This record gives sequence, structure tokens and C-alpha cells, in this order.
Amino acid sequence: MLRGRRRMECTLDAQSLISISLRKIHSSRTQRGGIKLHKNLLVSYVLRNARQLYLSERYAELYRRQQHYPDGAPLLAMPACPPPAAAAPQELAGLPLPADTQDREVRSCGAMRGGTELLEGSVCSASPELQRAPCRDSSPGFYRVAGSAGPGGGGGGGGGGGGSSSSSAAPGLLYAAGCDFGSGGAPHCSSRTTVLDLDTHVVTTVENGYLHQDCCSQCPCCCQPAPGLLSPPPTPGTKRKYYPGQEEEEEGVEEGEPGGGGVAGGPPFAPCTKRARFEEYSAEHPQDSSNISNLISIFGSGFTGLVSRQQADSEQPLNGQLCSKQALASLGAWTRAIVAF
Amino acid sequence: SYTADIISTVEFNHSGELLATGDKGGRVVIFQQEQENKTQSHSRGEYNVYSTFQSHEPEFDYLKSLEIEEKINKIRWLPQKNAAQFLLSTNDKTIKLWKISERDKRPEGYNLKEEDGRYRDPTTVTTLRVPVFRPMDLMVEASPRRIFANAHTYHINSISINSDYETYLSADDLRINLWHLEITDRSFNIVDIKPANMEELTEVITAAEFHPNSCNTFVYSSSKGTIRLCDMRASALCDRHSKLFEEPEDPSNRSFFSEIISSISDVKFSHSGRYMMTRDYLSVKIWDLNMENRPVETYQVHEYLRSKLCSLYENDCIFDKFECCWNGSDSIVMTGSYNNFFRMFDRNTKRDITLEASRENNKPRTVLKPRKVCASGKRKKDEISVDSLDFNKKILHTAWHPKENIIAVATTNNLYIFQDKMN
Repeated sequence: MLRGRRRMECTLDAQSLISISLRKIHSSRTQRGGIKLHKNLLVSYVLRNARQLYLSERYAELYRRQQHYPDGAPLLAMPACPPPAAAAPQELAGLPLPADTQDREVRSCGAMRGGTELLEGSVCSASPELQRAPCRDSSPGFYRVAGSAGPGGGGGGGGGGGGSSSSSAAPGLLYAAGCDFGSGGAPHCSSRTTVLDLDTHVVTTVENGYLHQDCCSQCPCCCQPAPGLLSPPPTPGTKRKYYPGQEEEEEGVEEGEPGGGGVAGGPPFAPCTKRARFEEYSAEHPQDSSNISNLISIFGSGFTGLVSRQQADSEQPLNGQLCSKQALASLGAWTRAIVAF
Repeated sequence: SYTADIISTVEFNHSGELLATGDKGGRVVIFQQEQENKTQSHSRGEYNVYSTFQSHEPEFDYLKSLEIEEKINKIRWLPQKNAAQFLLSTNDKTIKLWKISERDKRPEGYNLKEEDGRYRDPTTVTTLRVPVFRPMDLMVEASPRRIFANAHTYHINSISINSDYETYLSADDLRINLWHLEITDRSFNIVDIKPANMEELTEVITAAEFHPNSCNTFVYSSSKGTIRLCDMRASALCDRHSKLFEEPEDPSNRSFFSEIISSISDVKFSHSGRYMMTRDYLSVKIWDLNMENRPVETYQVHEYLRSKLCSLYENDCIFDKFECCWNGSDSIVMTGSYNNFFRMFDRNTKRDITLEASRENNKPRTVLKPRKVCASGKRKKDEISVDSLDFNKKILHTAWHPKENIIAVATTNNLYIFQDKMN
């Protein structure tokens, strides 16, 4: 029990650290003298460390649940970025430090190429790590796509670390999935971003900036509340996307019973709520691809969204925790936001 | 208190006669030591204000929509060549060479001007005279002689004058530039660690300094706790270091904040040039230039803060950049801490002392009482517990007279000058 609580505290610290760090990055934008590259770099390291611990905690939690419920754990949305299968380390010491040499096939900051940087300098050390996490093992990790039926639909714990499974897998089976934007999802998922190289003062417009999350509500291959089955898993190596909505669902489960008793019947997937969240978020991000969208303005509005959400959630009992979870839920956006420096 | 008064840099000149401070408001204040009073042989001269001038003003970069702070980040003196004094002062973007000169005479007896400057009617001039210099009250003037601008995209953290006294370097987060003191429209980039893809950025330059004797050698420290020594003779662009100084991290100390506390905030060569000292958040390290894999000495400045890193992160104190300095003989090193404490480490006796810069101690000839912080457990009398430390009172900048045991210690708004007892 005590162990469990210490784990919880550990996770909570990670969450609050993430919130605090994001707030620091946000407030640094308005400080005199421009963004301090050094300070933001250091804050991004804390973010990365906290996130690694948080994810490893979640991964360990998931593993424990699978051990508990071999017939299918209750719905537990898993962040799409599990740590290496090798460990679910309890201490930070076990967590690998960012390695500059790891391959980087996933770049959420696909907009950044060729020495361009955004208006106020860049803080990017977090982003490679935060995105490398999912790709550290070459085989795709797994996540439970929202929309599976309740606990009865759990299709066995075999999905851990998973390879791809066939599309006829039982609902709830963890499988490698991702948003296959390659196949036809592209148009509404692409957008242009404008970057200004601080040194050469060259303005470049980059297509297909990583705004996929904003598009997810419209993307047919993911986030669909389709009962039962879901889109076939993509080939390994496809980008895996992190859906804020799923995080929210997970909150509902965990807050009730940290001991992992599960929620009978599970919270039925509430597509409307999720969609609403997505839309609330994406509404702040103009999808009109004919407009050149400035990442800085997205960044600003993204933060506004977070701040207002925090205020709105004052009725939640675990306010701090929830805010952090929301921060984590939209962490993908934050990685982009951090890179936007 | 008025934030523009916050002292941001302190530096003695080469003789120690002058002490310059820069502040957040862009001002430079220079103190001068009084000539020793021959009758009072038991004390050295006091430091009094010699000159005050506005070095930098706030600027606005319209292209990037950035306000450029006027805060003086560093001051470095040039060695004195003639009657005037020269110093370099820098803010985040622009370095300026200032000439400080004295005027104690003024010309009088002009033919066409009255003494108050009004022009005389030429028709009233009936005789001619030669103007002469007459003594006047000493006036100290500061005039900007060179302005070195537009060479830094990121924030300048260091300037360092070469031992050739003709060139100097300036370092920002990602680049180091070499300048000639006479030439303002050109600088040479000698270090560039900006990655092709800014996403790959993992460290920044935090400080840089020329070797005191070897005019082709300089070092720069990084946010990852490494120091690179570079030789400008090796290549034009010194991206490849000659030596890399790094101590492996102690894995048992790993925390969320390991990267922050290992970031080096200052690097200083010893006067001899044989050693260099680095300051990170919790310690001071002395490195032998001939040994790259670990420091030869490590001194804990305030190890009791290690368990408080989370709060120090929340209140931003963990980002404070403490400086460090050597005494003239390289036997003692000094650095600041919180609660207006500063610490000295005697390298020979291995003794250390904690002193406080505060008004109560500032009566002349009061001997400073050593302080002690009680990390845990029962607090003894006269000790201060960690939780009662005032983290708003921080000493980031200290300087040691190049020859005497006189130190300058800057608290937030005040400058304290201490000297050792002479008998």
C-alpha cells in the first residue's frame, strides 16, 4: 500500500513539475529581454525528466493491471509513448538520458528543417526526447484506441510492447496502431507554418507541420468511437499519435480506484465529450490551410487554452492533479510549443 | 527597492585602484581607492565613487519584436596604457568600449567667448590674448569610443580581453566571436555550436575566457557541465576543442534537476594560468589544465540545498548564476550564496569560511563573524537553519583585488568592500 502511495506521490510530483515547467516557459515569453535560451533549455530537461518518470509510472501501472486482469483490463488509455520495454524504472536513475545519436524518424517538429528557427530562438532539447520516447524501440508501442467497449471487451494483455495485430483482433486488444496519415488523411492534416531564421532573416513556409492532433477529430482513422473494431494497425514505424481525449478517460478510471480495482462497466466512451475537447482545442487553431499559420500564435493560443482550462476545472476535487494531467494530455502540443521557441 | 539598482557585475581593474560595477539599469559606477594615508598606516584607502555614467539604454529590435535589456552583463578593464582608463561593458547584444579620463584643467581667456560661453561681439574685441589652462575641480568623463554591435543573435554572457591587449572575445549562448578593439564593423566567429536543426540543441555556452598568458588559448563552459579548451592556431573555427574537461555524474545524485545544477555559471582562469575554476549551482571546482577527466579540487558551497532543489526550482532560484573568483596569489577562491552569505575556500589549508554581507557588519573595522548553516538536526546557537535562509538575498557577484586582500561583494542593491585586518 505504502509502495503504491509512494508511486503515486512520485507520479504526482512529476505532474506538478510538468505544470510548473510549462508555466515557466509560458511566462518567459513575456519577460523583458526576450526568451532566455539557456533557461528554457534547462526547463525542458526538467520537463523531459518528469515526463519520463510519469510515463514509466503509467507503463508500470498498465503492466500491473494486465497482471491483475489477464482477461482484459478495464479501459486504460495509455500514452502513446511507453519507455523502452526493458524497464519500468522506479527511479530516475534508470531512465536513459537523451542520446543525441538515436534515430529520429518521428519529428513532431517536422516544420523545422535546415537551420530555421522560430522567431524567438529555439528551445528544442526537450522535443527530440519527448518525441523520441515513442520511437526508442523500433517496434511501435501500443495504445488503446478509444472506443473499445467496456471491460468485457478486453482482449487479453498480449498487446504489451506489441507488434501489429490483424484487424480482426478482439476489441480492446492492445495493438499497435497509429494514425496513418499517409493514406489519404493528409489534406486536412497538413498545414503550413512560417518560420523565421533568426540569423539569416529568411522566412520559410513549411508544409505539413505537425498539427495532426488538431486534426484528429476529423481524421477518420483514429479517435473514432466506433464500437468494436478499429482501423487496421499501420505498418511498424508509423507515427503514433497521442490523443488528449484518451488521457481524459484514463483520469476517470484512475481517480476512482488507484488500487486498480477497475471500474465496472468502465466509463462508456463518450465521444461527444472527447470530440468537444478536441474541438475546443482545435478551434483555437485555424485549420484553414490556405492561411499561413504562425506557430507563435498557435503557441500563444495553446497556452491560453491551458490556462482557461485550469480555471474552469476548479470544481474537480484533485485540482492540481487534474491540471497536470491536462497538461500531460496535451503534451504533444506542448512539445510542439516548446519547439516553437 | 528600485530594481534598476540591482548590481549585475563587479570588476577590479588591473591595479586594483578602480572598481567598476554595472547594474540592471545600464549604469556603470566606478569607485576609486583613496591614496594611502601615510599617517594611518593600518588601513588602506577607502573606495569612493569616481565616475558614474549610463553605458547602455534599453533598445527595441523591431525585426524580432524584442526588447533588449540595458542590464550590464559584464565589465572588463583594459590594462592602462596612458592617463585614461578603458573598459568594455556589455549588455545582451552590444559591447561598448568606454574611455574614462580625468579633467583637472580648463582653458580660460578666450578672445571670442565669455567665461560662461556666450559669444562676444567681435567688434568689441580690441586686444588679443592667449588662452591658458587653469586648474579646476576634478571632473571624470566617460565617453564611448567604440560600439561593437550586431554580432550576436543570442544573449551575450561573457567578454574576455586577450593577453595581446588587442583582441577580445564575446560569447553568447551559441557562438563566440573574436574582435579587434579598433575595429567595430567586423568580428570573426570562432565557435559556433548552433546545430543545423535547432531541435537537436542540447547545450548552450555559459561562459568563456581567454587564457591569461597564452593569447591563442581560451575556454568555454557549457550548460552540460563541460569545459572546452580551444587553440585558435589549430583552425579558424574552434568547434573542435583541444581539451574537454568533464567529470562524470554521480548516478546516486540523479534527480529531476541534475541537468540544471550541473550547468556551469562561471569559469575563471587562475592568475598563473595553470588552473581554472568553474562554478555550478552547488559547488566550485578547480581544474588542472593538464587533467581533463576530473577536477583536482571540489568545494561544496551549500550542499544543504540539494534536498531543496524542488522548491528552488519553483521559485527560480535554481537558475541563479553565481560567479567565482581567485585571490591574487591563487591560494583562496571565493563565491557567493544565499542569505547574503559568501564563502571562501583556502586551497592550502583546506579550511573554508562563510561570511555575511549585511548592514550590521558594515561598521568600519568590524571583524566579520563567521556564519554557519545548520543543515539538519539540532541547531546550535548562532547557526542558521536552512529554512530560515532568505533566498532573495543572494550574492552572485564577487571580486578580489588583484594584489591586496580587498574584496568587493555585491548583494542585490549594495556593494560591500571588505579588507583584511592589517596590523
